[in-house]
Amino acid sequence: MEEAVLNVPLEKEEYIINMGPQHPSTHGVLRLVVSLRGEMVLNVEPHIGYVHRGIEKMCESLTYSQIIHLTDRMDYLSAHINNEAVCLAVEKALGIEVSDRVKYIRTILSELTRIQSHQLFWATYGMDLGGLTCFFYGLRDRELVMDIFEETCGGRMIVSYNCPGGLMNDIHPNFQKRTKDFIKYFRKTLPEYDRLLTGNVIFQERVKGLGTINRDDAIAWGLTGPVGRASGFSCDIRKHNPYSAYNKVTFKEILYDEGDSFHRYKVRMDEMWESMNIIEQLIDNIPEGPYAEKMKPVIKLPEGEYWQSVETARGELGVFIVSDGNKNPVRVKFRSPNFVNLAPLNILAKGFKIADLVAINGSLDLVIPDIDR
Amino acid sequence: MEFSIYDLTSFTQWIDSSLRASISPGWAVAIEMIIIGLAILIFFALVGLFLVYAERKVCALMQNRLGPNRVGPAGMFQTVADLVKLLFVELVPIKNADKKLFNLAPFIVIIASIMAIGALPFAKGLHAIDLNIGVFYLMAVSSMGVIGVLLAGWSSNNKYSLIGAMRSGAQIVSYELSVGLALVTMVVLAGTMQLSEIIEAQRWGWFIFTGHIPAVIAFVIYIVAGTAETNRGPFDLAEAESELTAGYHTEYSGIKFALFFLAEYINMFIVAAIAATVFLGGWMPLHVYGWDGFNKVMDLIPPFFWFLGKSFGVVFIMMWLKWTFPRLRIDQLLTLEWKFLLPINIFNLLLMALLVLIGWHW
Repeated sequence: MEEAVLNVPLEKEEYIINMGPQHPSTHGVLRLVVSLRGEMVLNVEPHIGYVHRGIEKMCESLTYSQIIHLTDRMDYLSAHINNEAVCLAVEKALGIEVSDRVKYIRTILSELTRIQSHQLFWATYGMDLGGLTCFFYGLRDRELVMDIFEETCGGRMIVSYNCPGGLMNDIHPNFQKRTKDFIKYFRKTLPEYDRLLTGNVIFQERVKGLGTINRDDAIAWGLTGPVGRASGFSCDIRKHNPYSAYNKVTFKEILYDEGDSFHRYKVRMDEMWESMNIIEQLIDNIPEGPYAEKMKPVIKLPEGEYWQSVETARGELGVFIVSDGNKNPVRVKFRSPNFVNLAPLNILAKGFKIADLVAINGSLDLVIPDIDR
Repeated sequence: MEFSIYDLTSFTQWIDSSLRASISPGWAVAIEMIIIGLAILIFFALVGLFLVYAERKVCALMQNRLGPNRVGPAGMFQTVADLVKLLFVELVPIKNADKKLFNLAPFIVIIASIMAIGALPFAKGLHAIDLNIGVFYLMAVSSMGVIGVLLAGWSSNNKYSLIGAMRSGAQIVSYELSVGLALVTMVVLAGTMQLSEIIEAQRWGWFIFTGHIPAVIAFVIYIVAGTAETNRGPFDLAEAESELTAGYHTEYSGIKFALFFLAEYINMFIVAAIAATVFLGGWMPLHVYGWDGFNKVMDLIPPFFWFLGKSFGVVFIMMWLKWTFPRLRIDQLLTLEWKFLLPINIFNLLLMALLVLIGWHW
């Protein structure tokens, strides 16, 4: 701790505070060493690794079916999408084509995951800015999605519903009805979010024009997901490189040019509407078919390198697997969106107030276990 | 001797005369002071406990929750249980803290609020000291609390505390102006600074109704600035928990923290009570000129309950604001005060003076 503080070049009248690893607004165990002059942020240095569990190294001694259960623990708010990424990579390597039923169900669950992740973002972003009521509104609605997951997948947050070749089991008979009820309910409730926070004068004053990054810089920093799209970088994997059933649905990729905190927020709010559209197109048309392909008890990938990227709620998650033909991979690398999105925090927050640092950090919507893995 | 709950003057005079009859006047005054002091302390504790409970229930209402509901009927004794816990909790000693100032700070905050409560008119005849500069006195003592906050931030040896205290200093010094000018506007209307006369002047209509638009503007400004002065959301920058963990009282624990906590709620009550007295007629029941039957019914409610009802009504508005709005940033906070509230306030004061000169205010 001492040395990290000493490494920062000390200017005159500089005031250094440690935000984190235990701090209410870093959403986990991220530690920011912030140099201040008065309230002004001069430099932010993120220190990561407080929840490093060596997931990528652990993968090297596990089978492909087991790896899936580790991916839940990376970005725990996009658990289902992380599972899907590994399954898609393994299926691509083996040349298996899963049934349409599996594709539809995976897509619906991915979009539900996205909605609940954005709900939690909205809830905590309001809290970061001091509007504590948002937290309860957001969690109230997220609970309904969690109930859908619980019924069909067994788990609420850590779902582990995918397996190579399909799904663990078939959907619950209530699944379609519950999902439709939720969409009906949430279409009425989402405008409430806007009335409570988006339209608020104080909120708009706080976040508009805050932490702006332009399109070229966003591409240069590799920003993806809502953070990249708020800067006008069209980076939606669902659109550009469709997987599962995304090529069967029509939806809009939300793009803004401003690239500030408010539009990062706006992208997520609009994405919830789009996710509901996608679910509505699929939910009534889930085709019949097997919920999983017949797989060998021990999955061995042919020798080679495999890459699959998916769009999580936070951006592009890439899975890179190197196989030598055994049941364990030789090397697994996850390209996590949060790690990349954290990187420009310093240039975004420089020159703003300490309260703005919290707002900018919140608008990046980081999940720390995904950064540390 | 006959006492009436509607006019406590005879009751307080009876205490005074019977004390003076039995002992020397000097001792009588001393005993009266002790009685008043005890009464204020008891009231202080009761209002503090009630407001903490009320805040929990109100914020639960705003947030689709139930709030405390386990300890006692409807969770009434939850705050008592919390207070007992805070009394027994360890007082953590802080390394390198300035011990004297660190221990002094909560008492300055609490003394400032007790001094303010002493001058509030609770009901007809229930008024510890009726100063002829009552409004001025209240403004003066209610701004003393900031010294305690600054001391707490400085002596804690914590960077978050220091930032919180500095914010609080800038904030209270700025908003003091708006609170003062809003009250001065009403003093112009009333023509006196004495609280009992201000209330008496509202017998046939509260100032917020009789003062036309300037009174309404002054009321809104007073609520905004008063909320800011008590460091409550959306102006709770001094203890912004998502930025500064807990601001100036981060390092405090146990009963010392409880004193800060209690003072925050009492200050909220004081701000609301001043608003009730100056704008909403204090303990004066709602009267409409000419409606004798209506006025009689209104008079049936004792003045003490009118006062408490109005104060808690204003407190509810302040809680509503807190649980709905996000927090302002420090520069926006100061912009709001210096660029908007203050010019509006000065203009409003002139407008009110003009109205009073023309004689439109009745």
